[in-house]
Amino acid sequence: MRWLSDETVRHLKAVAEWPDLGETKYRPLEELGRGGMATVYLAEDTVLGRRVALKVVATAASRPEIVERMRTEARVIARLEHPGIVPVHDAGMLPDGRVYYAMKRVDGKRLDELAGTMALPERLRAFQRICEAVAFAHAHGVVHRDLKPENVMIGAFGEVLVMDWGVAKVLADPDGGSAAASAPGASGTADGQIIGTLAYMAPEQAEGSAERTGDAADVYALGAILYFLLTGRAPFDDAAAGRRAHGEARLAPTPPRRIDPAIPRPLESIVLRAMAADPAGRYASAAEAAAEVARFLDGERVVSHREGLIERAGRFFTRYQAPILIVLAYLVARTALLLFARR
Amino acid sequence: MVDDTGIGEGSGRFPATRHSAVLAAQSGDLIERERGLAILVAAYWKPIYKYLRIRHREGNEDAKDLTQGFFARALEKEFFAAYDPGKGSFRTYLRVCLDRHVANERKAAQRQKRSPGSPVVPLDFDVAEGELALAGPAADRTMDQYFHDEFVRSLFALSVDTLREECALRGKDLPFRLFERYELDRDPEERLTYERLAEELHIPVTQVTNFLAFARREFRRIVLEKLREITTSDREFREEARGLLGVSE
Repeated sequence: MRWLSDETVRHLKAVAEWPDLGETKYRPLEELGRGGMATVYLAEDTVLGRRVALKVVATAASRPEIVERMRTEARVIARLEHPGIVPVHDAGMLPDGRVYYAMKRVDGKRLDELAGTMALPERLRAFQRICEAVAFAHAHGVVHRDLKPENVMIGAFGEVLVMDWGVAKVLADPDGGSAAASAPGASGTADGQIIGTLAYMAPEQAEGSAERTGDAADVYALGAILYFLLTGRAPFDDAAAGRRAHGEARLAPTPPRRIDPAIPRPLESIVLRAMAADPAGRYASAAEAAAEVARFLDGERVVSHREGLIERAGRFFTRYQAPILIVLAYLVARTALLLFARR
Repeated sequence: MVDDTGIGEGSGRFPATRHSAVLAAQSGDLIERERGLAILVAAYWKPIYKYLRIRHREGNEDAKDLTQGFFARALEKEFFAAYDPGKGSFRTYLRVCLDRHVANERKAAQRQKRSPGSPVVPLDFDVAEGELALAGPAADRTMDQYFHDEFVRSLFALSVDTLREECALRGKDLPFRLFERYELDRDPEERLTYERLAEELHIPVTQVTNFLAFARREFRRIVLEKLREITTSDREFREEARGLLGVSE
């Protein structure tokens, strides 16, 4: 009997947990990652000869609500055909009863891993793409409910993809049916049950109010993602996140500029508006938040930011830098010529 | 809607209820008891020996005698007959019996006269001793965790052996070789790919992935079969399998 090192035992544990895809058209190749609920494998679609990402519910995830959550996720993504949302190819159940779905394989990195290497405009453009995907989902009656940098992938070609729709809530069926009919269990979160990630979660969601958790909760989480993109940290650390789950859901985050004074004021204003404790105080939509960031990138006035005279002058100068410099250069040259002519 | 998607459900790909070695070890029939005990010895003797060396700080020779003696006494005194699955896992019960056995042996101060009895199966203690030297420190783990980790190591090693034997019997040496190369002998620094394996063995990449998928599936089946054998009920089997596969619920 051969001796197995700790490393090999750990690896064999993962191998023993690999799904038995014997009766499907997929063949597992590598484990790509794992969460509490499911593991994602790189698999080969033997019929079409392409590689896909296969999300399989964890072996031990035997609770019916987890199985239902996986099914919901597959259905939710399938109805959201958008460049910012990974398409689902197929879904089913393995011989051992585990639920799986196959989706497009994305070559890339998570936003939380990549953000530190991206320049500010790049980060802001990624944020806009996230907002667009979320706005599309909202237009189709779907609330993500767990938006955070870890759930955003940046593809090899710079594409931005919003992932992990496992706890999404379906508010309305675009085909006119009831939500429950289109995706059973999708919105079936009992009041009092906190779903999502507290560090990025809207107060109403942290209070466990399924009823009040709508589009505005995602807008809050988008503000929290922007907060991360500007400061490099989540709006709430573990301790603060814990307090939010215990009666202090409306706790305000430390303003971004207190962490880094170099952060432009208009961007801080966008973050704070999106993360307003009261849903009515936030942007009305994800698209509106994206438009504000677009205004900042274009050197226009950010609506939610009250700018002072110096700030306005500075923005005006930055925006019209080239023509201002040309005019100034012309005036200097003209003055110099006049002085020379007088001599 | 399935109520339980855990191991053991579904279309019967997982081991159906087999005659439990634990139940066999509780049998009144000596031959049946020996059969059950032989399976339990194969799975547990190394964890027990190492546990004695680490937890009870027994010397090499004393740990050997205690291990042999423990299984011999288990056969004679029907240790396992008193095991009640409702009160906990068999592994925990086994460890309690072992601790009690060690205490009794010490109390009786019979160690110098102790007769370990005839071994139920031949045990290669030199190998176990060598493994102790190779293993990582036990200090950062509880003894319960240590015993569990060694049990998993032993179970996987047995399963690898069975996989090798079964592959050889079925003329599937190549899938086992691939499994060995890719899953067991792989150096993490090596960045071994399916393509490279295909080149090494002069076979198409699709064959590499097919064979590996086969070997992994068989390995999983064997592990679960062995686990089924050394548990007493469906519930215990499921709990052990979930714990073994390291996924939190």
